[in-house]
Amino acid sequence: MKLTKMKIAAPLLSGALVFAVSAAALAADKKMNWGDKQVGEIRSGYTYAAPETRSMQDDDFANPGMVWTDDGKALWGKKDGKAGKSCASCHGADAADMKGVATVYPRVDERTGKLENIESQINFCREKRMDAKGWKLESNEMLAMTVFVRHQSRGMKMNVATDGAAKPFYEQGKEFYYARRGMLDMSCAQCHETNAGMKARANTLSQGQSNGFPTYRLKWQKVGSIHRRFRGCNKQVRATPYKAGSSEYLALELYLASRGKGLPVETPAVRN
Amino acid sequence: MAKARVKVPASVKKGEVFEIKALVKHKMETGQRKDRKTGQKIPRDIINKFQVTYGGKEVFSSDWNPAVAANPYIAFFLRAEASGDIKFKWTDDKGKTTEETAKLTIS
Repeated sequence: MKLTKMKIAAPLLSGALVFAVSAAALAADKKMNWGDKQVGEIRSGYTYAAPETRSMQDDDFANPGMVWTDDGKALWGKKDGKAGKSCASCHGADAADMKGVATVYPRVDERTGKLENIESQINFCREKRMDAKGWKLESNEMLAMTVFVRHQSRGMKMNVATDGAAKPFYEQGKEFYYARRGMLDMSCAQCHETNAGMKARANTLSQGQSNGFPTYRLKWQKVGSIHRRFRGCNKQVRATPYKAGSSEYLALELYLASRGKGLPVETPAVRN
Repeated sequence: MAKARVKVPASVKKGEVFEIKALVKHKMETGQRKDRKTGQKIPRDIINKFQVTYGGKEVFSSDWNPAVAANPYIAFFLRAEASGDIKFKWTDDKGKTTEETAKLTIS
């Protein structure tokens, strides 16, 4: 009799994602003062990370993501393309006018009516202003430049526009967030809204905030974009992922940014 | 090869023990992975030697083996004796080296 019960229970456990809570860990979390990394109920991924990972991010030298920031800085001043220009030719050598950019992207380009994130904006500049070839999404150059641009806004509060021209994209992203997908039939919300702070197997689920991206992820051993993270999540629920830079992921990026309003930009963050 | 970052205090007192931090960008290919398209093993390419000289004399060296993470970071201590250059050198399996120099001034 006992044996039959076990036979039934085992496939159930392995087939579905099992959520569990570590009560002690949650209790310890509540006592912590996270400073600006928590705004009301909104918590940065930083607050879910292990102490070792957090100290790695806090120390600009130990943070490996800062290497990409340095690379991006070098690219910023490097001339490329037929126009003989670099980013610094228009935007200044110190990139001062990039300050605050990360807080408002993705945003709708008024000229084209399209939703643009920082990556597509960088390629717009490269193609139209520098007459150079656009970088491949998630290439080393693109990651380095995105990290560098977003890094200029570190500590500033995320504040994307979700009304006006951005409204339809916001609605599209929201729909994506709550839509169940994949063989596991799960939506983003089921992990990152309902079960944030719980465990999915051995992993702590965060709220899935995007303020630290592109993030140095220890699992990736390098910096990765938010779209790479989306693909990973989609694969985990056994759905077919979309391509980086697709309209679906752009809309989701906007919706996620709106969920993190008020959180400081942490690029490059370190996550496990 | 890629870039390195080192952190050495600008000036220290004679006889003082100080910390040095060094980080190098390297993918540290383990040799365990296979190319998804061809099925061939990707050859191992890790940094296997890290050496530091201070005023021309070797003061720190270590042999690195698999299971060191990508973009390795190392911190160690030295005692200040005289002003001089601290030279860092990383050597990988392909024989490529990355070098970095920091100046130390004794106050």
